[in-house]
Amino acid sequence: VQLLTDSHFNRHVFPPPPARYGGRHTVTLIPGDGIGPELANHVRELFWFCCVPVDFELVNVDSSLTAEDDINNAIMSIRRNGVALKGNLETNHNLPPSYKSRNNLLRTSLDLYANVMHCQSLPGVKTRHRNIDIMIIRENTEGEYSSLEHESVPGVVECLKIITRVNSLRIADFAFQTARQNGRRRITAVHKANIMKLGDGLFLECCKEVASGYPDIAFDTLIVDNATMQLVSRPQQFDMMLMPNLYGNVVSNVCAGLVGGPGLVPGANHGEHYALFEAGTRNTGRSIANRNSANPTAMLLASCLLLDHLKLPAYAHMIRRATLSTVTETRMHTADLGGQASTSDVIKSIRNAIQSTGPLTQSI
Amino acid sequence: MLIARSSSPLHFDMTAVMQTVTLIPGDGIGPEISTAVMRIFEAAQVPIQWDERNVTAIQGPGGNWMIPPNTKESMDRNKIGLKGPLKTPVAAGHPSMNLLLRKTFDLYANVRPCMSIEGYKTPYTDVDLVTIRENTEGEYSGIEHVIVDGVVQSIKLITEDASERIAKYAFEYAVNNQRSSVTAVHKANIMRMSDGLFLRKCREAAENYKDIKFTEMYLDTVCLNMVQDPTQFDVLVMPNLYGDILSDLCAGLIGGLGVTPSGNIGTNGVAIFESVHGTAPDIAGADLANPTALLLSAVMMLRHMGLHAHAQRIQTACFNTIQDKRVLTKDLGGNAKCSEFTAAICERVQDLD
Repeated sequence: VQLLTDSHFNRHVFPPPPARYGGRHTVTLIPGDGIGPELANHVRELFWFCCVPVDFELVNVDSSLTAEDDINNAIMSIRRNGVALKGNLETNHNLPPSYKSRNNLLRTSLDLYANVMHCQSLPGVKTRHRNIDIMIIRENTEGEYSSLEHESVPGVVECLKIITRVNSLRIADFAFQTARQNGRRRITAVHKANIMKLGDGLFLECCKEVASGYPDIAFDTLIVDNATMQLVSRPQQFDMMLMPNLYGNVVSNVCAGLVGGPGLVPGANHGEHYALFEAGTRNTGRSIANRNSANPTAMLLASCLLLDHLKLPAYAHMIRRATLSTVTETRMHTADLGGQASTSDVIKSIRNAIQSTGPLTQSI
Repeated sequence: MLIARSSSPLHFDMTAVMQTVTLIPGDGIGPEISTAVMRIFEAAQVPIQWDERNVTAIQGPGGNWMIPPNTKESMDRNKIGLKGPLKTPVAAGHPSMNLLLRKTFDLYANVRPCMSIEGYKTPYTDVDLVTIRENTEGEYSGIEHVIVDGVVQSIKLITEDASERIAKYAFEYAVNNQRSSVTAVHKANIMRMSDGLFLRKCREAAENYKDIKFTEMYLDTVCLNMVQDPTQFDVLVMPNLYGDILSDLCAGLIGGLGVTPSGNIGTNGVAIFESVHGTAPDIAGADLANPTALLLSAVMMLRHMGLHAHAQRIQTACFNTIQDKRVLTKDLGGNAKCSEFTAAICERVQDLD
């Protein structure tokens, strides 16, 4: 099996803050809700076990409070540390619009404009489709997620979807550079420009403009409904997909479902100055919280992406290899993958895998 | 006292009454698949007569585009229509014909039942769900502005009336078609006011249908779960854009647009059933087209009209022909002609009588 490559990440964002005194990095950790806290603990314990030179600054965000102090503290911490790992923060959508989604606030305040998710079929995970390898680049700050709504007349609500040239060029450039660095041959832009002629039309125009500067990478476009139809019938045809915010939400969830579910795929959010890592499909997992049954794979792989970003590839490789071998070779599966194992069983198996490969620390 | 029995039964056989349905064959492969449907209906002795009309955009006195008045008058009279694919010319100066039809008859609900076809194998089996999509507003209101150079805003419109109407229709559909649950699909965590309004209207409608189970689910969660286990879904109701994406996603689960039926419900009892695939100009006139999508839409139409026995017979004949695999059109994996496939279904329908 070809494992997810270690040098998974692009170099064109600003490098992370260098290691501080003692050669250790400080990373903001936001446990979140649902299964977040238990998985955050597992990451911390595994990092301690592996002697990873990372100290976590724990910032709790209480999503039930309407005041924004908690989330502002988190943002300040991430500005200070430059990197963060987080669980999903629940949004009570019955509260009035003044209460904004905490996750979205983080992304927009820190201008984490690119969301990257790599969906790969794993041997040993039973799915209907095989040989999927799709990288999804999703614009993360504007589009339908602009949260600009108003009730112009009682009973009539308008919600604004904003597409700008600057952000579209930026995300397209990010996509093409990432494609080049990861050996991707083709980018498919997903849109609905036949209906939203100006909005998605602008997005497409920007993508085509950037594409012309990368003649080594093929570029084509696909309407979003056709894209989802193709994904469920023949997902192997896609290499890298690039799209605005909402379609990105749909496509990334479809792809995650195709390769085995929310427990397997990590996600990264990149901005010029900051990086935030999380489980790719951003689920809270409220119904399985505190039952020791959540799948820790996505969160652990996200922590490996974090280590790659901090330029600690040896640790990243060690943890990633152990995590993936637990899923693909040992086949210690939690309930979401059809197995009977508990979270702690999986963690134990990962620790065994790490210990069996040699010394706990490796020189960098 | 003796009660004499009348020699003739007093009950009136409703199915013997002929109903007229407006038929719009459409472009490309439209005419040949419409002919196929007409032949199958004749073989099944369905009490329907067809009123064939065409739909080309004409400019009215005020300068606005409209459908031909005799087609409009036919639909208003017959109330039920069956439509083949219409081509959307790129630079014709007039809006798409589908959009014109939608606006003329206020077709507010798009209904797509997605059921796995035994014999047409896809990675997904046992799919049996219905997507009900609000068809008039939402993200497809077509209102866009360039604010300043390089910044575009598209407006998504959600109104109380349209949301109430579609929610009510969804529950009515669930009751009339023996479905047990309705799920509202939304993204109210991000679009609090607009999807929040939609959700509120769905919740209000749910109050009047206590027998139907009502749930709410985020769009991304629906997508995630749909590709892993589509059997957990029953009836889904949602605004325009999510409906567009999800209905095509579900069509992909059962085998694509070539086998998916669709119905559009309007105000004043108007309903137009259609195939949602394209006009396939490359095979038009070559007797190669697959009439399944239009046929299943016609079956949906029969159910809507209350002709359940005929609907069931034709559907069974169609599915059995596909399952049998001997006579299949090219897109279904065979090499039979459209007319041969149609003849096979006609034969089966007559045998099922």
